Amino acid sequence: MMEDQILQFFEWFWNLFGLWDAMWGIMGPAWPVIWTVMKIVAIIGPLMLGVAYYTLAERKVLGFMQVRPGPNRVGWWGLMQPIADGVKLLFKEVLVPTGANKFLFLMAPALALSTALAAWAVVPFGDGLILADVNAGLLYLLTMTSLGVYGIIIAGWASNSKYAFLGAMRSAAQIVSYELAMGFALVCVLLAAQSMNLGEIVRGQGGNSGLLGWYFIPLFPMFVVYFIAGVAETNRSPFDLAEGESEIVAGFHVEYSGMGFAIFFLAEYANMILITAMTTVFFFGGWLNPFHGWGMLGEVTDHVPGLFWMLGKMFVFMFMFLWFRATFPRYRYDQLMRLGWKVFIPLTLCWVVVVAAWMQTPYWYW
Amino acid sequence: MNIETLFYLFAVITVFAALRVITAPNPLHAVLFLVLAFVSSAGIWLLLEAEFLAITLVLVYVGAVMVLFLFVVMMLDINIEKMREGFWRWLPVGLVLAGLIGVQMVWVLGAKETSSGMTPVKHAADYSNTKELGRLIYTDYVYPFELAAVLLLVAMVAAIALTLRRRRDARRQDISQQVKVKKEDRLRIVSVPSANKAGAVEENVAPVVGHTAD
Repeated sequence: MMEDQILQFFEWFWNLFGLWDAMWGIMGPAWPVIWTVMKIVAIIGPLMLGVAYYTLAERKVLGFMQVRPGPNRVGWWGLMQPIADGVKLLFKEVLVPTGANKFLFLMAPALALSTALAAWAVVPFGDGLILADVNAGLLYLLTMTSLGVYGIIIAGWASNSKYAFLGAMRSAAQIVSYELAMGFALVCVLLAAQSMNLGEIVRGQGGNSGLLGWYFIPLFPMFVVYFIAGVAETNRSPFDLAEGESEIVAGFHVEYSGMGFAIFFLAEYANMILITAMTTVFFFGGWLNPFHGWGMLGEVTDHVPGLFWMLGKMFVFMFMFLWFRATFPRYRYDQLMRLGWKVFIPLTLCWVVVVAAWMQTPYWYW
Repeated sequence: MNIETLFYLFAVITVFAALRVITAPNPLHAVLFLVLAFVSSAGIWLLLEAEFLAITLVLVYVGAVMVLFLFVVMMLDINIEKMREGFWRWLPVGLVLAGLIGVQMVWVLGAKETSSGMTPVKHAADYSNTKELGRLIYTDYVYPFELAAVLLLVAMVAAIALTLRRRRDARRQDISQQVKVKKEDRLRIVSVPSANKAGAVEENVAPVVGHTAD
């Protein structure tokens, strides 16, 4: 539908010059590719802007929580700060340490960012607003988030620096441990939804009870586990052992300067936003209206587009990421491992059995 | 780009990566080429509409197993010259093994019983490979599947039991006791009168009794 409208617009535009037939003759065969690229740009563009302003929001929120104003010099209320930061990093020299493996050193940031962006292909922003509506979307997401660790490990190894190497080792162990808990939490979700298609998972949470029909109610422990594991997988505070600036300087990206560092930064924030999108889709009904079916309130709010609800829910979780950072001290490494292996994995294993048994009883309302 | 072109693209990448795994001088590069081989063979599986297997291959092998491989290889102190010493000595053995594997593959793929079903069947858009696989595993092949699962569990328990060593004299933290600690156990609020009467202060500030968590 949107595709037709855009095609009509192009036809009208090129007909102003009387060139439509010639243009379509050249571009027509490639149109599916062009259309896909346009959709990708429509996701990546706002995402990158979101990442830029998320960094500003982080500094502002941390500032307010610590009773200081945060960045307020560049632009109005500091609104141009992310752009100034970006320009600064762009003009910095990229240094390659002696003894570093140059190819891998330069490839690592690209690897980190590409997996962070590739995961967005299957995220549904609204009913039908999805780039690739694949059946195994949930598995694909799990795969892409687990591949992100390669960028970090390779960066740590290729840097030829002991601090970077320690950070990479920590990160590898951390991600492998928390992926299991994350996977089992998602097994509960796909048990409840009986589908691995993300659109189907959201539709499975629909119904006339509004937010009471979302999966965070029967799967509440899984939501907690998933979100905490998500914070751990994105190496965010309080689980930022891979960076640990008070112990190992900056961890895996200590040797990166300029754009190399900026790309790691982009990847980290894109991953954080991805985790919030995933939490929303799996446990908080994606694009669904929280008041659907609640009498008058439901009818009025049903006119709000689904994208608004999706983004609104994501903003809440994005704020929680910053809130965690301002609130909790960094975990010690053994505490982190203990939490992953001795608390989360047994808990998720139990809950899989509980949910599977619960679904066989008549008391399963979701 | 049709499916055949894609297949040959993935096949060429897989074979190239597999060759580089054994010829790359740096073991870390070899591991990374193995990752590439896994990913491109997952691509071939995707072409066969086996999306569950393809993604699981990447998730399990690339996302977890190869990360641990990398982890170990990075920690090793490898002397590349030493590793190359045995190359010519072991080459005949390797060639024999490769030949055997080749013969087996030709045998299996060329046999009448298996070659008939080799052309992949096209399915409707709503066909779910995952569901079909699950149905097969949990109905027709449930006993072999469960046996394999138990075998893996036994291997896992055995690996841990064989390698876990507990030193008697090692001091460990008991997290539950750490969590149970109350404020009173660690902190004593001492009222210190203002210092206008010198000398009276010392009696009140007794050293806080150290608390040990064990």
